[in-house]
Amino acid sequence: MKRGTREYTLWSIGLFVILAASLIPVIWIASLSLKAPATIGEGGFFPTEWTFDNYESLFKGGLDSPLLRPLINSIVIALIATTIAIVLASFTAYAIARLEFPGKLLILGGALAIAMFPPISTVGPLFDMWRNLGLYDTYAGLIIPYLTFALPLAIYTLVAFFREIPFDLEEAAQVDGATPLQAFRKVIVPLAAPGMFTAAILVFIFCWNDFVFAISLTSSDASRTVPAALAFFTGESQFTAPTGNIAAAATLVTIPIIIFVLIFQRRIVAGLTAGAVKG
Amino acid sequence: MADIVLDGVSKRFDDGYEAVKDMDLEIKDGEFVILVGPSGCGKSTALRMIAGLEDITEGELRIGGDVVNQYAPKDRDVAMVFQNYALYPHMTVRENMAFPLKLGEVPKEEINPKVEDAAKILDLEQHLDRKPANLSGGQRQRVAMGRAIVRDPKAFLMDEPLSNLDAKLRVQMRTEVARLQKDLSTTTVYVTHDQTEAMTLGDRVAVMRSGVLQQVDTPAELYQRPRNLFVAGFIGSPAMNFMPAKLEGATVKLPFGDVRLTDEQRRALGDRDGDVIAGARPEAFEDAALVGEGRERGQTFKAKVDLVESMGSELYVYFPIESERLESKDLDELAADSGAADVPGSDVNQVVARLDPASKVQRGEEAEIWLDTTTVLFFDPQSGERLGAEQR
Repeated sequence: MKRGTREYTLWSIGLFVILAASLIPVIWIASLSLKAPATIGEGGFFPTEWTFDNYESLFKGGLDSPLLRPLINSIVIALIATTIAIVLASFTAYAIARLEFPGKLLILGGALAIAMFPPISTVGPLFDMWRNLGLYDTYAGLIIPYLTFALPLAIYTLVAFFREIPFDLEEAAQVDGATPLQAFRKVIVPLAAPGMFTAAILVFIFCWNDFVFAISLTSSDASRTVPAALAFFTGESQFTAPTGNIAAAATLVTIPIIIFVLIFQRRIVAGLTAGAVKG
Repeated sequence: MADIVLDGVSKRFDDGYEAVKDMDLEIKDGEFVILVGPSGCGKSTALRMIAGLEDITEGELRIGGDVVNQYAPKDRDVAMVFQNYALYPHMTVRENMAFPLKLGEVPKEEINPKVEDAAKILDLEQHLDRKPANLSGGQRQRVAMGRAIVRDPKAFLMDEPLSNLDAKLRVQMRTEVARLQKDLSTTTVYVTHDQTEAMTLGDRVAVMRSGVLQQVDTPAELYQRPRNLFVAGFIGSPAMNFMPAKLEGATVKLPFGDVRLTDEQRRALGDRDGDVIAGARPEAFEDAALVGEGRERGQTFKAKVDLVESMGSELYVYFPIESERLESKDLDELAADSGAADVPGSDVNQVVARLDPASKVQRGEEAEIWLDTTTVLFFDPQSGERLGAEQR
């Protein structure tokens, strides 16, 4: 598309509108988080009085602070879930991409069906089961349901990647003296690394953002993640809403995701478009 | 280094398709054997069975005396060069070539000298630290060869290694492959659909057709004494000319006229009489004006020249012959494989002759052509077998 054409102008306007619609709420939250509690109701887009009090109060009191424990929980749970999901999904996806075996379509279809499942419908039964099994309010209690939704996502992303890798490479590795596992580890995985990053980031974001499971399957700071913890924030007195604190926490948890995506931006784009064009 | 023996080897795929049928082939230690045939003839499947990339349905495969049917590829100690080279894109040339050594747990200090040696042989020294993506086709091909020779395997298996190169480079690499194989004298099985490669490279050539081995012989034997119509038509470029003929005692009726058979020819044909297919190589023809000695060995006839192609060193002259179309499954298959069947006018019986460039033959004019009838071969029209092929 050439600069200065009508088409170019129309696209630019369209993109600008979409960008504004998605970015203004984010900026709004960031701006709220910097407003002093007294001025929070002003309604101006930019704070008249800049303050970091909202952030400070989030971490006041170390591990007993409103945000520190949940933040650690969120990071640990999301990392563990992501790692397990990527390892399991890469084996599964590889088998699906490479081998003909009975039930292959069933596995793919099943994975897709589970990914489409509304999480809310599983929360009730899980709550009951987890309490009986002693998984309620534990890391595992969150990691397991995250995996059920993250795995299909990762499998689908990775299958697309593995299909891109020429089968010959693996055969070459085998003739060169590699066991199937060595061929997978030394040839296939390095080549599928962009796909694995993409899948990992998508899974991480999914776990990081989850609210439904986090609010229902936890009851204390032992395993409560940030999105759930936000709901338990209290104001200075019972008559003040903790708007500033929530805004500050929301801004904080968005930052790692933004950094993640910026760092791996090129890989994600490469990952999402893999298979579109013959390399 | 080792010999490779295929003993009644068959490959049946899950869908019932039989790619290789009861194949017997003995490849001696250090020998360079070419598997050649049209696409889909099972030559690649045969090679992949030797490599261990394809299971063997029936029969026995021995490498260096060991039955290796059940061995994984890594335990067979063979190296393979793939058609698309299959270089590891994330590794440098050096890492690519060191990969099999690393997997073979060769001590670290030995790996580098071996890689450098191989790189020297293949003239890759200045490219060792580059990635395959930054190499030309010919260089990639050499890296693939390097990865194979670096660990001194029992055998090299090559699956159309030159088919992705452009024509000029292909000829260059062909001599390179031949030289390399002679220097290393490693048993080599080389798959190609290109009969020129087969003829120039191999100690022996195995011609395959729809999963069945047709003939295994030296290139010269294959050319001069093909076992059947298929081999005769497949080997040689331009291909052998086939025409209907009728044997009557000591004479044979060819479209060009009656020819007296030599005693040797007659003996080879036994007591056979009647309709046969005659085959004459393009070089069996010559411009009658240029034939000096040995004129009595042949037959002179007049033909109207359709087309003259000058190659500089030789002339290809095309002329029609008056005869019915030959009905033969072998010939139809050959035509279908080369795509000749789709060319308009291919059902006209046309003969191509290779004449001396001194010939004054002109397109559209009548020319006097001579045929050396002692080199004409005769085939059974039903079975396609060459008559007299058994007692040679």
